Amino acid sequence: MTETQVHSRTIVEWAADKPEAVVLSGDLTGSVEIAEFKRTYPDRFFSLGMAEQNMISWAGGMAREGLVPYLHTFSVFLVRRPYDQVAMSVAYPNLPVKLVGFLPGIMTPGGVTHQAIEDINLMRGLPNMTVLETGDAADIESVLDVAHAVDGPVYIRMLRGAVPRLFDTPMELDKLRHLSEGEDVTIFSSGICTEEAIRARQVLEDAGISVTHRHVTTHKPFSDPAIAEAIRAAGKAVVTIENHNVVGGLGSAVAERMAEIGAGVPLVRIGIQDTFGQGASAHFLMEKHGLTARRIVERVAEQLSAQVDIPDDIDELDVSVSVGADQLEAL
Amino acid sequence: MTDTTTAADWRVETHRVAQRIRARVLEITLLKDGCYLSQALSSADVLAALYTRILKLAPLEQPLDSPAFAGVPGAADASPSGGRFHGEHGPDLDRFLISPAHYAVAIYAALESVGRLQDGALESFNTDGSTLEMIGAEHSPGFELTTGSFGQALSQSGGIAFARRLKGDTGRTMVFVSDGELEEGQTWEGVQAAAFYKLDRLVMFVDVNGQQVDGWTKDVMNIEPINSRFEAFGWDVATVDGHDLEAIVDAVETKEADGRPLVVLLYTDSAKGMPYLNARKPHLHYVRAKTEEDRREFEAALARLQEESR
Repeated sequence: MTETQVHSRTIVEWAADKPEAVVLSGDLTGSVEIAEFKRTYPDRFFSLGMAEQNMISWAGGMAREGLVPYLHTFSVFLVRRPYDQVAMSVAYPNLPVKLVGFLPGIMTPGGVTHQAIEDINLMRGLPNMTVLETGDAADIESVLDVAHAVDGPVYIRMLRGAVPRLFDTPMELDKLRHLSEGEDVTIFSSGICTEEAIRARQVLEDAGISVTHRHVTTHKPFSDPAIAEAIRAAGKAVVTIENHNVVGGLGSAVAERMAEIGAGVPLVRIGIQDTFGQGASAHFLMEKHGLTARRIVERVAEQLSAQVDIPDDIDELDVSVSVGADQLEAL
Repeated sequence: MTDTTTAADWRVETHRVAQRIRARVLEITLLKDGCYLSQALSSADVLAALYTRILKLAPLEQPLDSPAFAGVPGAADASPSGGRFHGEHGPDLDRFLISPAHYAVAIYAALESVGRLQDGALESFNTDGSTLEMIGAEHSPGFELTTGSFGQALSQSGGIAFARRLKGDTGRTMVFVSDGELEEGQTWEGVQAAAFYKLDRLVMFVDVNGQQVDGWTKDVMNIEPINSRFEAFGWDVATVDGHDLEAIVDAVETKEADGRPLVVLLYTDSAKGMPYLNARKPHLHYVRAKTEEDRREFEAALARLQEESR
């Protein structure tokens, strides 16, 4: 099942008893599910226009005065454009500024200008920065609590529109979500890839390949002991699946961990293979970049030299990450 | 300052502080064989006017020491904020934020000259481990922000002034900026936002010395006409001789609560108090005595400035 407007609902309820939480918007209010917040708390909603460098530093100033700004716009405009401002006005002083970035990776038909494919890499490289990613409704409902509890800056990869509900517990900082236990392959997936990975896992298990599956909500810190345990559980391969460039994202973080513990199995990094994207539907792009359940199964089977029958309907299941008409209003 | 102080008296005292800032930075230039001297020569008067006359800051019981760098913000052993040299914050007090971190030595000398930084601390300038870094950051005396990457302080000051207004503070938020920063796009984003939110307790001082690393600002990237640019953005603009203490103070004290931020354009001479440096203009970004003649002239200028700062 899928749900819509989860963040919009959540932040309105969540902010009711947090007068210090304010929202700064960069002219995409309706496109980042913050219009209801604006209607409900007009005194805590501030328009900073299309001027993201100023918005980041301005937020740093507000945070120094005791407020906790939640900046809402597309990820590319919180990361690429104002990176120096994020580094010097927010990250260095370790201020409680929360960057809520939408349209992670290829989740937009807006094309290369709107697709944040290197945001995790860049944010992970900043000292003091915490990096979170949502993959379902439960993640979205709990990510604000996690971010608010961090005494410092947080970057959130947020989802909008129709999202699946995959979990029934809140996310926790630096804690993997455990989906399955197995002996052959360990899959680490994040964001929208987890829904696909669940489908892929079922097909792999039907073919006799047992899978340890972990969902990653915290890219940094990345120190949960369960990461090493899951790596060690893999008899044949570790697989990472991410809606991000394989350079510097989840695949790199897992590779670092594997090297540190001396893991002796191959690593397969599924994700955007160090290339820029294009404007097209989410399903088209996920297929092209190997992020659909079918493509994941094919890649894992290839790695294991295994014969896996892929059911015809694997991709016809409810692929709830598809972009609805209500999301196409503003790019 | 007592109630019986006359207008003439404050100018004498403030001028003395300005000359002391120049003397101390020139002394450091000779001691360290090079320093950001011209920045101190151009800004000494406005800094003296701010610290002795304009800013409403909480007094310090005694000049503060600035211990060695301990750690970055967020670390367990983080160094305390350099803002503590401006005293405790208060809703009716002013804040003074510094954008051009290359002016750090002038700020340190100003703090020393008004009794906020311990005597002797300045000698640790630009030595390994000292918080009196060459290009200051928020652990350096007088610095609340980390602003060595130019163009970010105005936006941060806007956010501070905006949050202070939301809290009901009546104190002013003042930010000191160098003219080269007007080339940065972010500066105009900040100018735009401050006008949009009608921050009329935000005051920006710009040291218009007309020079930057590569030469005359007009030849590197023209920023004039500065006054009409700010006016077009909806700011109040005061254009003053940046060495005229009375004009500087008047520009701020006559500001009305009219919903417009104020910029004070301080046209300055980067060789003020040391005309020997005129021959080097516009290449005064970082000054050292290169020849024996330089050294003799620098020492003579130092003696004059020291005499005038007593």
